[in-house]
Amino acid sequence: MEARENLLVVDRLKTQFFTYGGVVEALDEVSFEIERGEIFGLVGESGCGKSVTATSILGLVAKPGKIVSGRVLLDGENLVGKSEQEMNRVRGSRIAMIFQDPTSSLNPLFRIGYQVAEPYIYHQRRAKRQALKDATGILAKTGLPDAVEKSRNYPHELSGGMRQRAMIAMSLTCEPDLLIADEPTTNLDVTIGRQILDLVKDLQREFGASVLWITHDMAVVAQMCDRVGVMYAGTIVEKTDVRTLFRNAKHPYTERLLRAIPSAVKSADKLEEIPGSVPQLIHPPTGCRFHPRCDHVMEICSRVKPLEQEVEPGHTVACHLFGREREGT
Amino acid sequence: MRIPGSMLFSSRYRLLQKRLHPITKEWGLTFYVLRHSMLAVVGGLIALAFLLIALFGSMLAPYDPISANIQDRFQPPSASHPLGTDTMGRDVMSRMLAGAQHSIKAGLIVLAIAVPLGVLLGGIAGLFGGWIDEVIMRVTDMFLAFPSLVLAMAFSAALGPSLFNAMIALSVVWWPMYARLVRGQALAVRETSYVEAARSRGASNWHIMFKHILPNCLSPILVTLTLDMGWVITAAASLSFLGFGAQPPIPEWGRMVSDGRIYMLRAWWMSVFPGLGIVLVVLGFNLLGDGIRDSLDPKLRRLTEVTWKREKTSSSSTD
Repeated sequence: MEARENLLVVDRLKTQFFTYGGVVEALDEVSFEIERGEIFGLVGESGCGKSVTATSILGLVAKPGKIVSGRVLLDGENLVGKSEQEMNRVRGSRIAMIFQDPTSSLNPLFRIGYQVAEPYIYHQRRAKRQALKDATGILAKTGLPDAVEKSRNYPHELSGGMRQRAMIAMSLTCEPDLLIADEPTTNLDVTIGRQILDLVKDLQREFGASVLWITHDMAVVAQMCDRVGVMYAGTIVEKTDVRTLFRNAKHPYTERLLRAIPSAVKSADKLEEIPGSVPQLIHPPTGCRFHPRCDHVMEICSRVKPLEQEVEPGHTVACHLFGREREGT
Repeated sequence: MRIPGSMLFSSRYRLLQKRLHPITKEWGLTFYVLRHSMLAVVGGLIALAFLLIALFGSMLAPYDPISANIQDRFQPPSASHPLGTDTMGRDVMSRMLAGAQHSIKAGLIVLAIAVPLGVLLGGIAGLFGGWIDEVIMRVTDMFLAFPSLVLAMAFSAALGPSLFNAMIALSVVWWPMYARLVRGQALAVRETSYVEAARSRGASNWHIMFKHILPNCLSPILVTLTLDMGWVITAAASLSFLGFGAQPPIPEWGRMVSDGRIYMLRAWWMSVFPGLGIVLVVLGFNLLGDGIRDSLDPKLRRLTEVTWKREKTSSSSTD
């Protein structure tokens, strides 16, 4: 397993938002790594810090927010603390992002073709005419029917699925090494969503990019990802490959999350849910952030923050149930 | 084998028509909305007439607007002098025709300086935020806290009375309104997800300003611009009336009102006609501005689009 090198290493990343109400600890020492050509899934409930992870990687954390500590290594190069100009050269050309809502992520005033061509113009300084032509080519690659005609249309003239294809085309223009997909299928219906999933997978194979796939949909994780990180309240609680996640999940949160998936075969009277709600991150629970909702809560959980333990090769869990031998240290 | 160059003219024309159709349709709709508001049409006609007079007025003037003709002084309106004559026996109508160009020049130049300045500063303030925003907006507040005409008077008094200096003075006090307008819009656009998406693609601040923020400010700017044209003309006339702007013998309308006011009881036509002219022009531009605002209102647009289409289909079916 050591042979594959890591493209992106997120190392103990800590992002906080300094609001009037207090400091929101959105990310608390999040660490994960993405190998070359891999699709890494990040799952969790709303507000657990998935999108903040994405914006932190790109260095686009909105105003009251700040990366407090930690590193983001892209090919061994630390992105945290780079100047805005240096980051602008990375964004779009080496890391690209697909957003949740394709409708509001396109400027209503410009034609699709021009918007897709933009990164060519300011990253590779191509002539406008050539950039437009290349943009049409990449639009056709995303399976947009009649790309030549559609590239002359304005965003409101396209359907949601077509817009998402255009967004994907836009993110692929400069052949990035890493593609961050922030729930790109949430606003689409199931059929179109399915097509988009297949499309990203195909294009990922073709371009050889790594993907950070952010979602709250376990079914999508099962279908898309190679490895998965489960996030809870700003921490990664479990990290493993997809197979192990569904067969042998260790962390109590992951277990409950998996039990909350409705099944097509078994008919339960009531869908299981996790008691309680996601904690407020202004005053997060002490120790393990999941302990107020956990079935297996122990005395130590409210005192000590559990460290990530490798329970088997490539499978880490942050829970006091595992690696008890470390308790004394 | 068919290369594009050998395409028949008619088929190329049809292709062009097809490409242009969405654009021509939108323009058609704009004109339809404008046409169906009586007041906007009137305003547009007044503004157009004013522009034509400004362009060709000095050629149309039946008498010399500058040179004195003492034996004809204080003539009331008559067939030979439709709007009467002034203290020097100059024909008021000729002077008004020749003077229109000064008003329009003042309006255009002031807006040509103030609008880009205000738009740029407002855009910078809104986009960058933080202390840059704070500095620009506090300066803007300072300007806006003062009555603009008083401030313009102070500036033109300091620069020395002439029409050119009055224009400079007005430009200096006119930009803050645009800075505010654009800043507000920029703050809204800055938060949209397409700006976030553009940032994630590595777009620079300048790129975001010129490609995302300014195009989105265009329609409010256009409306304010048209509405403002009338006000700038009034302001320039006011400065001239107070003696800061145009100096005699330049036939500026505000100056003419001022020159005639001491003879108000003896020769009312000297002040009243230029005054009416100013009122009419301001009214015209304001009505036109209102009309443009209505025609750019998307809700009203879609509403009228329905009646427009209905009208078009009914007229084509009767053919």
